[in-house]
Amino acid sequence: MIEPGLYHLLFISTALFFIGVFGFFTRRNLVTMLMSIELILNSVNVNFIAFNKYVWPGKLDGVFFTIFIIAIAAAEAAVAIAIIINLYRSHQSIDVEDAEELKY
Amino acid sequence: MSGSTIIFYLLAALTLVNALLAVTTRLIFRAAIYLLFSLIGVAGIYFWLQYEFIAAVQIVVYVGGIVVLIIFSIFLTQQAGEKLPEQKLGRKLFSALAAFCGLALVMLQLLKHRFTVSAAAPLEPTVANIGTQMLGVDEYGYSLPFEVVSMLLLAALVGCIVIAASPNPSKEGEQNPNQ
Repeated sequence: MIEPGLYHLLFISTALFFIGVFGFFTRRNLVTMLMSIELILNSVNVNFIAFNKYVWPGKLDGVFFTIFIIAIAAAEAAVAIAIIINLYRSHQSIDVEDAEELKY
Repeated sequence: MSGSTIIFYLLAALTLVNALLAVTTRLIFRAAIYLLFSLIGVAGIYFWLQYEFIAAVQIVVYVGGIVVLIIFSIFLTQQAGEKLPEQKLGRKLFSALAAFCGLALVMLQLLKHRFTVSAAAPLEPTVANIGTQMLGVDEYGYSLPFEVVSMLLLAALVGCIVIAASPNPSKEGEQNPNQ
């Protein structure tokens, strides 16, 4: 095991991103798809912090981007859950296969 | 090998293993709990990098806010203990293949690239430095995005109430026959 550096963090963030993408492709339940999106957003945050720490230590821009992404992710999760609850009320299901009125 | 290195690898394993379990388990409540531990692992990585403020924000917003919101929505929309339906093997196989190919492509490009490290004197990410720059109105100040995000949060708040509010409260019982 070698001393962890920038590339280790970038590997973690890339792996987290593609785990989220895998979940987004395979899941058909809206709540679990939302969880995959949270994983993807988290991987982006890890990326920003890693670059801020190891490549531009003299600036704080990565920290600000991370803070704004966290704020937007919170707003996005709240709106998504409001939509999911509304969908459950009208369809009695939150499976994406059951909400297909706009397809045809 | 120092203790710091061991802690880093433990945190990385915690994050990735729990993320993988969160997207593969068929019990939706367990998926939420695995997601919780994955987010805690990411917060641990921020602590390891000595970005304590971001780690605290991560724990407060993600672990304390978003995961609790997800768990509430599971309780509101899902029969407890019911397994999610099994996905088609072909879909799982092709998703795994696409994700793995993407990972391989990005990692190959990353490992070829050399980052030029800036020579500027390091600026400590203390709360005082972050706050001064975030509310600064001079060059490199972030007060305009800060205001825009606060407007976005207000819009999201109002939007959530409008979307999730029952359209006709007197017919609540009719709209949810199975509750």
